Amino acid sequence: MLALQNISKRFGDHVAVQPLSLTVEKGGTTVLIGPSGCGKSTILRMIIGLVRPDSGTVFFDGTAVVMQNLASVRRRIGYVIQDGGLFPHMTARENVTVMARHLRWSKPRIADRVTELARLVKLEVDLLGRYPAELSGGQRQRVSLMRALMLDPEVLLMDEPFAALDPMIRFDLQRDMKSVFRQLGKTVLFVTHDLGEAAYLADTLVLLREGRVVQQGTYRDLEARPAGDFVRRFVQAQRPAPSGEAP
Amino acid sequence: MIRLLATVGVALTLLTGWSGSEAAALTVGSKKFTESVILGDMAQQMLARGGLEVKHRHELGGTRVLWDALLKGDIDVYPEYTGTLRKEIFAGTAISGEAQLREMLKRRGLGMTRSLGFNNTYILGMAWDRARQLGIRTISDLNRYPQLRFGFSNEFMDREDGWPGLKQYYHLVQKNVRGLDHDLAYRGLAARRLDVIDLYATDAEIRYYDIRPLVDDKHYFPDYDAVYVYRLDAEQRHPHAFARLRKLEGRISEDTMTGLNAAVKLRHQPESRVAAGFIAKEFGSAAGAPAPPAVSRLDRLKRNTVDHLILVGISLSAAILIAVPLGVLAASRRRLGQALLGLAGVIQTIPALALLVFMIPLFGIGAVPAIAALFLYSLLPIIRNTYSGLHDIPVPLQESAVALGLPAGARLRLVELPLALRSILAGIKTSAVINIGTATLGALIGAGGYGQPVLTGIRLDDVGLIMEGAIPAAVLALLVQGLFELLERLTISRGLRYRKIE
Repeated sequence: MLALQNISKRFGDHVAVQPLSLTVEKGGTTVLIGPSGCGKSTILRMIIGLVRPDSGTVFFDGTAVVMQNLASVRRRIGYVIQDGGLFPHMTARENVTVMARHLRWSKPRIADRVTELARLVKLEVDLLGRYPAELSGGQRQRVSLMRALMLDPEVLLMDEPFAALDPMIRFDLQRDMKSVFRQLGKTVLFVTHDLGEAAYLADTLVLLREGRVVQQGTYRDLEARPAGDFVRRFVQAQRPAPSGEAP
Repeated sequence: MIRLLATVGVALTLLTGWSGSEAAALTVGSKKFTESVILGDMAQQMLARGGLEVKHRHELGGTRVLWDALLKGDIDVYPEYTGTLRKEIFAGTAISGEAQLREMLKRRGLGMTRSLGFNNTYILGMAWDRARQLGIRTISDLNRYPQLRFGFSNEFMDREDGWPGLKQYYHLVQKNVRGLDHDLAYRGLAARRLDVIDLYATDAEIRYYDIRPLVDDKHYFPDYDAVYVYRLDAEQRHPHAFARLRKLEGRISEDTMTGLNAAVKLRHQPESRVAAGFIAKEFGSAAGAPAPPAVSRLDRLKRNTVDHLILVGISLSAAILIAVPLGVLAASRRRLGQALLGLAGVIQTIPALALLVFMIPLFGIGAVPAIAALFLYSLLPIIRNTYSGLHDIPVPLQESAVALGLPAGARLRLVELPLALRSILAGIKTSAVINIGTATLGALIGAGGYGQPVLTGIRLDDVGLIMEGAIPAAVLALLVQGLFELLERLTISRGLRYRKIE
């Protein structure tokens, strides 16, 4: 579904992403994980076109992404960031529907889609009339996911969407998201620095360090066959919760 | 954008047309001091005696405003002094005699009457009784009394051709000389704290304080003979009117002029009536030149309010229409933005009065140049606030709009402008308040408004008249401020009213 070919990015003297290639298969959840500064967010931002790679090409569904098709590619991708990125001057409903309204969807179609999505992300419909400042952090992320899903994109990019939330709220959201991803069968590329979260959500994990892929595989692969000392230390340092949902 | 400019252009043209529709056959101008206004009224009444419609644009600013307006053809005639023509208008050219002065004027399509009969130069004066007691008639006589106390206006103290030159020329020996405010000098003289002060030959106060002007026996002070300067083409069009104007030549003595000034400044008679009285006495009353009827305070307030609202309304609307797009442009193109903000900043540093005067060669006098200047003055706060409002939108929000796939125009309309609205409105509010205040200066170039009574009030030392302009201007500023706060409440999304707690 997504393929990155030899893409690299440097910001001044700092090399964010070394020439790197990565393939994300259709369906299933791929999690990019690694310590801060490993380039995982930059990779997402290059895919959605917020950052231009210095070299290399991004392929979306087999087609190279260039300036000319960037707009249409963006509509086929949903993007959720840490604090939701909701527009504070719009209600939750307006945030969710802004793109659909811009594309002149009919009112019933928009209303139906909003109701459907609210049920999917488990958000009370009443809350949609509120402004982001009137919602809790968890509610905001549910709205943000609704906005990302509104146009029914094939790919979801999620950049540490739960990092700023309380542990209990995060727990609920992780569970609900996992169920959403399962139900929709979308291609999800998820960025986090929390191995527990990664292990819980991922079909495939991609461990990054200083802009390079260190190891790619399932959580079990990483645990059982670490590709070197860094992977071993990373897994140990982020020991997942001893009991409960982690496999 | 182009359509916008065209609209503004049409509005300005309409306005020009509108002020032109009351165009008279001839227009007289006068400066913002009493004597000039009286002479302007006299010119108007003399020119109009044949039934001609003559307009008087009184209390335009200083020499430069009147001179530029005359060259531009906005006015046809105004009272001037030969000394001013030599020393200010043609400064840098040594002009020997009157013939050469006339030649200089003629080259610019202008003419000048002969002296009206008085010379309003600097002079020295003493209290009558004191002068009589000491037997002083001339400036030379002063040297017989080295102990005399001199008090001169600060300007006279500083000017090369004031006290420093005078002292050298007459070899004056007095040591007790100090500079002080002109009004205080009169009071010092009356209280016997000063013996000699400087004054203008036709000051109204000469009579009020019973002052003896000392004869400039060695002819130190240059002549400031009062004349009318006028456009030769106007004279060609209305030769009879100008023949009537010439009848004033040689008719007004210094003493007469002092009396007329005193009637206005000390006895508070309207200039037009004082002028009419003089003309009736000299030439008999005539039809066709009725003194304009007195205007009630309320009518004046109404007219000034309308004038002021026109100045502010048009200039501010045009500024909003132009400056908001410029602010958007500045926010999207970094280098162009810096250049735009720099340019608007430079305009802002030009003193308001100077900016008004710069507009005269382009737009003449009246409302149009004032609107143009106010427009330029209103740009910076709006451009800057639009720019910073857009610039300060948090990056995650800007990127979210991009990532959603909204094109640039929709991002601006749906996301960026609404988020920057508070800042933009604050900029417009600042501009409006500055604009309302600065518009009072418009009266100096004949634009009317609340500045008119302020100007007249300062000239006539009439606090009531000053308040008649100052208070409504302040009230208008407050009203507009309130209006924008209301607008803010109506237009800014509830979602933006929460303060960030984190």
